[in-house]
Amino acid sequence: MNGWILALAQTILLLFCAPLLTGWVKWVKCKLQSRRGAPPWQPYRDLLRLFRKEVVLSESASPIFRVAPYIVFSVTALAGSVVPMLATGLPSAAIADVIVLVGFFALGRFFLALAGMDIGTAFGGMGSSREMTISSLAEPAMLMGIFTIAMTVHSTNLASMIRYLLEQPIQLYPSFVFAAMGMLLVAVAETGRIPIDNPATHLELTMVHEAMILEYTGRHLALMEWGAMLKLMIYSVLLANLFLPWGIADTFTPLPLFIGFASIMIKLFLLGTALAVMETGIAKMRFFRAPQYLGLAFILSLLGMLSHVILEIN
Amino acid sequence: MTALYATLLIPLVAMFIFGVIGHWKYAGTLNIMVCAVTFATSLQLAVDIFTNGAMITPGKMFYIDPFNVYLILVNALVGLTTSIFSRPYMAHELKIRRVDAGRMRLYHAMFQGFLLTMLIALSTNNLGILWVAVEGATLATVLLVSLYRTPEAIEAGWKYFILCGVGIAQALFGTVLIYFAAEKVLPGKEGSLLWSVLQEHSDQLEPTVLLLAFVFLLVGYGTKIGLVPLHNWLPDAHSEGPTPMSAILSGLLLNIALYAVVRYKMLIEPALNNHLPSYIMMGFGMLSFSVAGILLHRQRDIKRMFSYSSIEHMGLMTFAFGLGGPLATFGALLHMIVHSLTKSAIFITVGHAAHIAGTQKISEIRGLIKTQPAVGWTFLLGTVAIAGFPPFGVFTSEFLLFTATIKSMPWLVMPLLIGLAVAFAGLFRHVQPMVFGEPPEGQLPVKANMVPIIFHLFLVLWLGISIPDILANWLDQATIMVVGKGLL
Amino acid sequence: MNYAQLSLIEQLILTLSAMVLLTSFLLLAQTRIVSLINTFAVQGFLLFLGTCLIAQSSGRYHLYISAGITLALKVFFIPWLLRRLVKRLDIRRDVENVGGPSMIMIAGGALVLFSYYVALPIRELSTLATRNTIAISLAIILLGMLMMITRRKAVSQVVGFMSMENGLFFAAVVSTYGMPMVVELGVAFDVLVAAILFGIFFYQIRAGIGSLDVDHLNRLHEVDR
Repeated sequence: MNGWILALAQTILLLFCAPLLTGWVKWVKCKLQSRRGAPPWQPYRDLLRLFRKEVVLSESASPIFRVAPYIVFSVTALAGSVVPMLATGLPSAAIADVIVLVGFFALGRFFLALAGMDIGTAFGGMGSSREMTISSLAEPAMLMGIFTIAMTVHSTNLASMIRYLLEQPIQLYPSFVFAAMGMLLVAVAETGRIPIDNPATHLELTMVHEAMILEYTGRHLALMEWGAMLKLMIYSVLLANLFLPWGIADTFTPLPLFIGFASIMIKLFLLGTALAVMETGIAKMRFFRAPQYLGLAFILSLLGMLSHVILEIN
Repeated sequence: MTALYATLLIPLVAMFIFGVIGHWKYAGTLNIMVCAVTFATSLQLAVDIFTNGAMITPGKMFYIDPFNVYLILVNALVGLTTSIFSRPYMAHELKIRRVDAGRMRLYHAMFQGFLLTMLIALSTNNLGILWVAVEGATLATVLLVSLYRTPEAIEAGWKYFILCGVGIAQALFGTVLIYFAAEKVLPGKEGSLLWSVLQEHSDQLEPTVLLLAFVFLLVGYGTKIGLVPLHNWLPDAHSEGPTPMSAILSGLLLNIALYAVVRYKMLIEPALNNHLPSYIMMGFGMLSFSVAGILLHRQRDIKRMFSYSSIEHMGLMTFAFGLGGPLATFGALLHMIVHSLTKSAIFITVGHAAHIAGTQKISEIRGLIKTQPAVGWTFLLGTVAIAGFPPFGVFTSEFLLFTATIKSMPWLVMPLLIGLAVAFAGLFRHVQPMVFGEPPEGQLPVKANMVPIIFHLFLVLWLGISIPDILANWLDQATIMVVGKGLL
Repeated sequence: MNYAQLSLIEQLILTLSAMVLLTSFLLLAQTRIVSLINTFAVQGFLLFLGTCLIAQSSGRYHLYISAGITLALKVFFIPWLLRRLVKRLDIRRDVENVGGPSMIMIAGGALVLFSYYVALPIRELSTLATRNTIAISLAIILLGMLMMITRRKAVSQVVGFMSMENGLFFAAVVSTYGMPMVVELGVAFDVLVAAILFGIFFYQIRAGIGSLDVDHLNRLHEVDR
């Protein structure tokens, strides 16, 4: 099958599975809290409902406010298109560099923060400042983790990383263990889950991501929410395929693709359940403790780097 | 052989016995008798070594040569005289209720335990057991430093424990490194940590590892010697404990740590081509010597002042061993003996002075000579001895050191002389008002046994005027072992 | 020798040693005393596992005895003793404010780099499979010392001291496959006696100054005022 068609199909699959992952996490949380809860495909219904609704704009909204949802969504979708989900070696893998990925997320976050401050409400500004604080501390940790892995595989390209790891027999790298732990913590922070941010909160003073999109309605809100779901999906696929790459297809024939699809679904299913369990078990931290949490993530990534230099090089 | 085993077994057994009956009325007397027997067996051991030469026990656990046998003898001697002093002193403490029965048991048991660990450290061939014994000596005395349970004593005990513990841990890492270097040369497990075996193969050991190990060992054991800047525990520990503890800590434990460092230096220096260990030792020694002399002036507690004097003298000895060469080494070995004897005598006298005046503060002790001339005059004599006046032994060893310094590094003589002058000024500035002048109202003499003090000072005087041939030969043999060339 | 050529057991040993380093970092920043003691017990357990694996892969079966001693002392006895003391001294709920945790962590990272630099010549000379971990063991020792310096409560300082001893034991195991048995026993005995003495000291400190905050032990000065 032509690589480009497969790349397009993968992107569309990612886009449409993202709400399912979020719905699954919510459903497992409900079950753990002994509530009945909505079925896992509820986010699809929410998105459809929002798309049909009318957009209400504040009078003080600038063009950035109107344009931001489209930018955030398309940038996140673009990031999703380069992440290897079903197969490595796709033509789009040429730009699948991790630093490019981080750059995409930074672009989206930039416009999101601008949109939060645009209307001029207090909550929006608060959300934007909190988001920027968290990301300024999380990005070094994430990059340190990425570089740790890159030092072993000698590349920052995602596709070549995964292919390198698949070719080796099973190894146990201490640097990978630490990088995985660090990046897990960073992923939780960047996607706005407990303990950094509660996605289901109604109290504005505890919000980070929600506060920035408080003023959005209709299809704008749908795009913002979909973008957040996409971000969670992308981070999950990234972590799953980077640290547990088995099952991913390297040719474009039907059987390996099917195996790739099944394996990523299983991995996402497990990751989502683990996320739900963790969110139920831990309480949200007060915001001033978020730097300590991210400091821990940074130390873990740093330890990964040090372990690589001290233990793995000869 | 039997003399060695007896010397080690007697304190061991005594430690357990005192754990049970240490509060007995005659425990002090029993202590004296045990120490006397230990001294007799160590004398026998010394005679054995002198007639037969160096000795290794079968199994190579213990190794006695001229270097450590006289230290063992000094150990046993100071232990004996301190126990003679400790009997009336601790009886007095018991009477004024500063200690109770339980603590007396602890005191006597740990007294013997401490002597035991020091004897093991001196006589063992295994470098790992050396570490275990030095750490054991710290552990044995830590509860004794805080015996009086005042906040100051507890603070001193805690500082002693933590600082010495951390320091000694560095020494263990150094020992591990030495073992690592030894394993490359001697693959069999048994011989690799034995000093006698390592001594034979010392030029095959890897220089980089040895230098690193020496740094760790010097920092580690140097903490126990009291080298600046690792000395902070020393004034506190020596001043807050009971006076017999101060006497043996100052007189004996510092010597053992220095002995360990010199043993390692003997091992490491031939393997390295440069003189870096010597320079490091000289640097630390000079630093300790100068800083301690200056800090001596600012002290207000009499025992703290003399602890700083201990630091100063240990710095001088470290410097001398670092300088190397037969003159300096002979002087340093002699200095180890005379300092041990003089310092313990001084601390005993200080104990009596503190009892007379009821306090340890320098500003409140006055007119010792008028109140009890024996105490006053011996105090003055002891200070004169430790400050390095002829004809006492300290002058002889310092003079030897100066001669060696002029020969190899003339520019260091000025700092040494200035340091000595500063320390001398500090000592006398504090001691002179204490011994001369009018005593305050109601100061009464105390019952004091002056025999140990006079015996020590007499020995120091004898060693200063004319060292007996036996001892001179011994020290010469030890010098040959340390630097390869004798003096006589 | 490439990392990929090491056997799985040796890779596991290296991973376990990196985890021990992680517990050292965790000890630096823990504020609650009970979790401090538990982290210390976890460190001891990881060391026990690592020593057993080294014993298995190198064929030096006497290391099993050392591992057993470590398990008994550092995982069971000393944490039990400390927990019992914490309960008796009634400081279970005490939370310690560690001053500037971020700076301490950065200092810890710097110490790891420093120990790597110091241990380079040793690594060059060693032929053991675990030679890379010598730097880690020195780092654990130095991190234990950093913990003792930055803490104010006596119990935390003692945990730092014990973790330093953990590092020393680990250094002996990875650089020379263990010291002679008699020395190992002596060191273990010393650690045991030290732990008991620390326990006695806690009571004395409490009785003397009314709290276990070591900053309050400040009556003796270098230069008397």
